Amino acid sequence: MAGRPVYHNALEAIAGINDGATVMIGGFAARGVPTRLVLALRDRAPKDLTIITNDTSGGWGGRVDCSLLVEARLVRKVIASWPVPASTAVVTPLEQQLRAGEIELEVVPQGTLAERIRAAGAGIGAFYTPTGVGTPFAEGKEVRSIDGQDFLLEYPLSAGFALIRGFRADTLGNLVYRKAARNFNPPMATAARVTIAEVDAVVPAGDLDPEAVVTPGIYVHRLLVPE
Amino acid sequence: MNKERLPRDVLAMRIAKELEDGSYVNLGIGQPTLVANYIPPEKLVIFHSENGVIGVGPMPEPEDEDPDLCNAGGQPVTTIAGACFVSHADSFALVRGRHLDVAVLGGLQVSETGDLANWIRPGRGVGGIGGAADIARGAKRIYVMMEHTTKDGERKIVRRCDYPLTGQGVVHTIFTDLAVIRVTPQGLVLLEVAPGWTPEEVQALTEPHLTVSPDLREIAL
Repeated sequence: MAGRPVYHNALEAIAGINDGATVMIGGFAARGVPTRLVLALRDRAPKDLTIITNDTSGGWGGRVDCSLLVEARLVRKVIASWPVPASTAVVTPLEQQLRAGEIELEVVPQGTLAERIRAAGAGIGAFYTPTGVGTPFAEGKEVRSIDGQDFLLEYPLSAGFALIRGFRADTLGNLVYRKAARNFNPPMATAARVTIAEVDAVVPAGDLDPEAVVTPGIYVHRLLVPE
Repeated sequence: MNKERLPRDVLAMRIAKELEDGSYVNLGIGQPTLVANYIPPEKLVIFHSENGVIGVGPMPEPEDEDPDLCNAGGQPVTTIAGACFVSHADSFALVRGRHLDVAVLGGLQVSETGDLANWIRPGRGVGGIGGAADIARGAKRIYVMMEHTTKDGERKIVRRCDYPLTGQGVVHTIFTDLAVIRVTPQGLVLLEVAPGWTPEEVQALTEPHLTVSPDLREIAL
């Protein structure tokens, strides 16, 4: 094997994402979103997806985010920290579908979301976090007092697929990121059965500084590069 | 009563004065981001943005915007010399691990025991928590920056929040357009009042009892 498979066509890169799939999608406020993979997923149009992503609020100056998948009615459930815009000026497709009972939403504090994803990738069965104690996010969760401080029990989040955005990859799938486009991409890369990374370029193994690699290629199964 | 309240930028200046040289600070989405504009050049305050930026700098001119660089509110930002980038998992590890000295957060309601509600208004049915619950629980000190009352004149400093909470017993100090109020185990202590306001006038717009500090001062910059 010469390394990780490299795709130029985004639809080919997402082969296997079928109805009912659970898909993690990187990005924060439309930065670090694997836009070609998201648009290809919309074109492939599998139904009843569960989408795990930070935000689906849309409206980031016309940039692509996961709200497009909700708008296309491909999503059965969203797990996110920021599902709707702060402003109530626009009723988003997600809110319309929530009101009609057509979609399910789980709002998770951002740090808990990141840690649940990290935990899944790291083989952790569950963890106690101080976030959300005494708030609506504690409802139905075990509270444990440890050294006089209360914590909530939280479970990992894994997925069949992770669609992530890197800056550069090498042929073994090692990834580096660019600035704040890193965000949820590294933990998501670890937490899916199949991780597909959209990057600007693939360089020969050895061309990335080993000290600078953020996501080791062991987590990355497919690479998408520009045509 | 038609007295002048502090403009937002003056409130931001007052909070900026409170931030110590060398401290690591997270600024919440919305008006708390104004605080960064009023740090004097001789003071180094390192701003953390929960989307993985440690060392957030000023906003760029439009032609200098970087498509891969924004703050937690999605606004384009720059970075200072010595900035670094981390993933969300690492960004919130440092939040929960109590490494941030201060977070300045907006508020819808604050209770007399330091409960903070700032993420959803009852009635909307859906809201975004973002990183607020983690930050409210994780930073060593939580400063709340908000108007003292709502646009309709309702009191926002209350005995008990009736809005859903972001964090329980987390607020250290409340900075409003009328007053600076410290949350203590003995209740709320009025430390400073806006110029021209008396403690009695501030109390009238505050639901729980305010203990007036023996060192009560006028808010100064």
